[in-house]
Amino acid sequence: MLIHELSQPGRRAFAQAPKTKPPLTDIPASLLRAQPPALPEVSELEVVRHYTRLSQKNFSIDTQFYPLGSCTMKYNPRACNSLAMLPGLQARHPFAPDSHSQGFLGCMYELQEMLKDVTGMRSVSLVPAAGAQGEFTGVAMIRAYHESRGDTARNEIVVPDAAHGTNPATAVMCGYKVREIPTRADGDVDIEALRGVLGPHTAGIMLTNPSTVGVFERRITEIAQLVHEAGGLLYYDGANLNAILGKVRPGDMGFDVIHMNLHKTFSTPHGGGGPGAGPVGVSERLVPFLPIPMVGFDGHDYHWLTEKECPQTIGKLSAFAGNAGVLIRAYIYARLLGREGMVRVSEYATLNANYLAKRLSDAGFELAYPGRRATHEFIVTLKHQAKDFGISAMDFAKRLLDYGYHAPTTYFPLLVPECFLIEPTETEALDALDGFVDAMIKIQAEAQTNPEVIKTAPQTLPVRRLDDVRAARELDLRWRWSA
Amino acid sequence: MSNDVPTELKYTKSHEWVRVEDDGIVTVGITDHAQELLGDLVFVELPEVGAEFGAGTECAVVESVKAASDVYCPVAGEVLEANEVLADAPETINQDAYEAGWIFRLRISAPAELESLMDADSYAEHVESEDH
Repeated sequence: MLIHELSQPGRRAFAQAPKTKPPLTDIPASLLRAQPPALPEVSELEVVRHYTRLSQKNFSIDTQFYPLGSCTMKYNPRACNSLAMLPGLQARHPFAPDSHSQGFLGCMYELQEMLKDVTGMRSVSLVPAAGAQGEFTGVAMIRAYHESRGDTARNEIVVPDAAHGTNPATAVMCGYKVREIPTRADGDVDIEALRGVLGPHTAGIMLTNPSTVGVFERRITEIAQLVHEAGGLLYYDGANLNAILGKVRPGDMGFDVIHMNLHKTFSTPHGGGGPGAGPVGVSERLVPFLPIPMVGFDGHDYHWLTEKECPQTIGKLSAFAGNAGVLIRAYIYARLLGREGMVRVSEYATLNANYLAKRLSDAGFELAYPGRRATHEFIVTLKHQAKDFGISAMDFAKRLLDYGYHAPTTYFPLLVPECFLIEPTETEALDALDGFVDAMIKIQAEAQTNPEVIKTAPQTLPVRRLDDVRAARELDLRWRWSA
Repeated sequence: MSNDVPTELKYTKSHEWVRVEDDGIVTVGITDHAQELLGDLVFVELPEVGAEFGAGTECAVVESVKAASDVYCPVAGEVLEANEVLADAPETINQDAYEAGWIFRLRISAPAELESLMDADSYAEHVESEDH
């Protein structure tokens, strides 16, 4: 039920209403409303109950195991949020002079240093305001690098077919042609195919490591060598940073540029479209092109670095310096964990994923990449269930909701039919993982005894199977008062 | 999956079908197997009439609630006509992939390329092998 449907003429929350009506003398009469806006008329208590009930219907990480993992939301410690709300941070004006912003600038400088350290890159700029902008920035820097050397024939970016869809989109956005290369059956990039596309037109390659199929690219140093020998640069998509945090560094693998989704890995609730933060880190050769403003430190004071200090920068990406609130949360998260704690993030994320993979495999579920050690996530294919019982991955996903588990990512990556991409993350306890496996086993049994209950799931939630086709074709989110 | 692959058509590995008509003209769509894999379609991006494509290049996009997928031009040629019905009714492909759900018609520039396409039997085998 919408709050509009509760509306009764004349109901008010008088205690919340403004005491006086401000005079509107400076607005032309033609722009003033003749009628008050059609807002729902409800009491204060009705509002409280309405939104409390809505929040109780929510399926969220605060209430349920959520194996979408860092792709959508891992657990974000409350401390990061409450400390980011300190008045000194919240009330700082973006135009405040450096001398009045030393605390904030100090946090940002240290965050730059910590991200450099954990990724093995030479320098970091915090300004990209999301993963997509981080990707755009990374490829724009690759372009600026080649152009600064007069190397203008390079017009291709190589992307494996397992890549996130944003990678080829970014390459095209930056004016490059995309050369796709296949992934082998064991999940690694096909090196022979890579050799075939590398050449004088190669500007770079965009890779996610571990890849979207949940395995670590074992021949990454060889790939880096081949791409560098061809004159191209290596772009690291930081989407799966959760798997390697503090363990392996993209800089050591030979990458030239990386974007980090701080909202995924470094403690910001997301999954609803933002706000995010996609800082970029670069190797030595790309340092001059980093976007501004960055934060510098002269041994005594912190200050913004602008075009004056960075003449070759690709420029500014937004009016100020990215999403400060997300960056502060990331800083607090990194400080709370320290270097030792950061290693434990990837260790537990990986342990949990491998435990789930082993238990599900023992229970008869087919792993898409058997024989490979999972990283922080792994893929189960339900193609046999689809064939034998007519139960699709989507049916399984919906039935999991009845058992109190949010569904994992379904139907991605596209390479694997009827797939579940399962990412438990580092914060889940053993009994939560066991409970999820038990639910999967129960659904598997139901597929044979009572497939109908799965095909029509969810049975127990406020809404049943949603019409996603109609939602895509005839989306209408606007409330209209009936006449 | 549906077992009836029309025998009069030719096929690609990427699941397009090709109907060879008179005078070097072909009609192209995606197979029933492809639409079944994709699920309910919600959007089709059609190629522009007059555009020229090489064999194996992306020329259209079909999008379902699960995924967006490129449609590849099976043989080189120039687009003569696109199925405008699909703009408002992409579900036509789900309902009738081989007839009403055609996507575009092409004047082919290299008829020899037709030789490299699969017949219905080879396509059925290809689908079977991808399934395992």
